[in-house]
Amino acid sequence: MSMAKPIATDRSATGIPTGRLAMWLLLSSEIVIFGGLLVCYLLYRFHNGEWGHEASHTNVYAGGLNTFVLLTSSLFIVLAHHAAEKKHDTDAAFKWMWATVACGLIFLGVKAYEYTHEIMHGFTITANVFWSFYYTATAIHAGHVIAGMTAIAICSFDVKQGKHLNRVELTGIYWHFVDLVWIFLFPLLYIAK
Amino acid sequence: MGHDAAAHGNGYYIKIWATLMVLLVISLVGPTLGILVVTLITAFGVAVVKATMVMAYFMHLNVEKKYIWGLLLSALVFILGLFFGIAPDIMANRGHNWVKCNGYDAKNLARFAHMGLAAEEIGLNKDGKICTPQRF
Repeated sequence: MSMAKPIATDRSATGIPTGRLAMWLLLSSEIVIFGGLLVCYLLYRFHNGEWGHEASHTNVYAGGLNTFVLLTSSLFIVLAHHAAEKKHDTDAAFKWMWATVACGLIFLGVKAYEYTHEIMHGFTITANVFWSFYYTATAIHAGHVIAGMTAIAICSFDVKQGKHLNRVELTGIYWHFVDLVWIFLFPLLYIAK
Repeated sequence: MGHDAAAHGNGYYIKIWATLMVLLVISLVGPTLGILVVTLITAFGVAVVKATMVMAYFMHLNVEKKYIWGLLLSALVFILGLFFGIAPDIMANRGHNWVKCNGYDAKNLARFAHMGLAAEEIGLNKDGKICTPQRF
């Protein structure tokens, strides 16, 4: 029985590995998804200056903490990539990948605290169009965080056995994008009051 | 990659992270000054700088094939098209043959009065609650 190599590990005609090209294509579509949502939010925010009063109820300290957590998680996953593909240190890569997952869990915990606090004070998704945008954008982002954590966790077990080391970079690129989205969500929802 | 990333130890990435932390602090402190221009630069300008640094150094776009930048920029072009395409609908309250009819609270009465329209002309009742779109 022949063991065919997965296509995604072969170099493509475009000069970069197929898997990496596929990840960039995915991210360009995600730019349109999040970009579209944020563009609509921006326009509505310009038109409704009173939303500044609603936005004053978001917790900038929690948002700042989450920004710190995600930026640090981006460092962890790039260290995992560096360990896996350049130093071939699969144990270090495994640990850095799970450090990234831990940061994701912290992010979700802080987000859950924020949601609880805001909902208990009456700022629900139907309270105001600002809060509709807030919950929609942050929840879709949190969904992507969960997806990224899941992918990194699953790939980590292969990496520990020295298999599919290129997937550390691929999941890492996805995770950096999740961080990038939050880098823009934070000033739009928390700082612009 | 056309660049030997093995030359970069962990310290290289930690320096980038430290720079991002400084930028994060700037983006948190700047808006507290309450000056609009400073807020725009420190909150949104710093966000753009942080994003560019993450893309260039963590995602290795600085050594990636240049057409990947083009792929991402083309997505941004679509976003800009969306922004300018729908801006007139969201930002304007009336056009040649239409009037935006929100009808959800009385503050809109002041907005329509400013445009020289009475509530009855645009299908709002006296407290602005009911809305019937009218053509002109």
